[in-house]
Amino acid sequence: MSKDEPNWITRFCEASGHEYFCKVRKEFIEDENNLVGLSPIVNYYNEALDLILDIERDELKKEEKEIIQSSAILLYGLIHSRYINTTTGLREMASKYENGDFGTCPRFLCNNALVVPCGRRNRPERDVVKLFCPRCLDLYSPQNSFHEPIDGAFFGTNFAHVFFEAYPQYLNTRNINELYIPKVFGFRINEYSKNGSRAKWLRTFPG
Amino acid sequence: MSETDSEGYKYWVEWFLNTKGNEFFCEIDDEYILDRFNLTGLHAEVAHYQQAFDLITDQLDEDSFDDEQSKILDRSAKHLYGLIHARFIITTRGLIKMVEKYKRGDFGRCPRVYCNQQNLLPVGITDVPNEVSVKLYCCRCEDIYHPKSSRHCSIDGAYFGTSFPHMLLQAYPSLKPPPLTEAQRYVPKIFGFKIHNIANVHRWQDAQRKAQASRLAAYEAENKKN
Repeated sequence: MSKDEPNWITRFCEASGHEYFCKVRKEFIEDENNLVGLSPIVNYYNEALDLILDIERDELKKEEKEIIQSSAILLYGLIHSRYINTTTGLREMASKYENGDFGTCPRFLCNNALVVPCGRRNRPERDVVKLFCPRCLDLYSPQNSFHEPIDGAFFGTNFAHVFFEAYPQYLNTRNINELYIPKVFGFRINEYSKNGSRAKWLRTFPG
Repeated sequence: MSETDSEGYKYWVEWFLNTKGNEFFCEIDDEYILDRFNLTGLHAEVAHYQQAFDLITDQLDEDSFDDEQSKILDRSAKHLYGLIHARFIITTRGLIKMVEKYKRGDFGRCPRVYCNQQNLLPVGITDVPNEVSVKLYCCRCEDIYHPKSSRHCSIDGAYFGTSFPHMLLQAYPSLKPPPLTEAQRYVPKIFGFKIHNIANVHRWQDAQRKAQASRLAAYEAENKKN
């Protein structure tokens, strides 16, 4: 690899569809303590780790390289889910959040509130990534189909909430009028009608 | 109009409905458009009303206009079609057509994870044209969302109107999905523990839900007695 070529992590994070990922610091990956328990989950663990850290290996065949590339993505994702819960990781994710890299809430009344990626499972290959909106406290599928196939375990179930505990200033104050009231020709629909509201509780908040 | 001819569509409406980004619109019955009574008041809203009307109904001699003029006319025709559409879809015939589209999922699915891909319905925020673009109503969580595709974000909400989805559900109550349960709400957790503030909100919401359920049950019991 030539000197000017960006390293594996940079290439991975800058690929289109990978906007949600932040760059994990090399020192974090090089510290064995941070990788405890990952080797049984990832095939070709050592080779994948070398690939992420740009340590060259010559003896690989073409097919092997492809397998190792996918292992490296899995390994990087799992390291990423650990890294983003650390202080530096949170800081990096905060700058991505402010940048709007994760997109906005699809709910109209949330007024384009910024969202954060959130998994529903911590084990890989179980569920895809979702987005958590701090305004309506709800979970949405990514609006862009690029982001739909990303594994939710690469962000983990905890990150979104650790993030808002660490940066409470991003929790924008909700206003109570943020409730959609269905109307027919300007008239509200009676609660007792068959078509009356049954999910109002979901979008109302105390106070 | 040259555009229609080049794409091989015989009628303007056919061309319009097959244009990318117009998937939300249904075909308005000819009889509905041709009945002038249904178009009351629209001439004040649409520039070049008569020509736009002729274009929609394929009665316009398009060769007599240059490119610039036909572009303007095209815009007027689309606007007129949209406004007639808003009126048409709340009629019995229109509702039937829209129910078909709804069942096919032409309007997309709810982005909310716990709505389980509920089909959406288009809705306007206001009935005044050129103000707010179209939004999508989910009848499971009873909330409105931005369309997923940017193509649909530029469609005027007034082409569907504020009443349409509610009118449809009023006419077809069987299409309304069963009410959301507690399990269909996202519960944020850190290492398996609920978050204090959010758990408080959820408890409050549960109380609201239970209060409503008992209100509805009491109403039902009252009705049975009578």
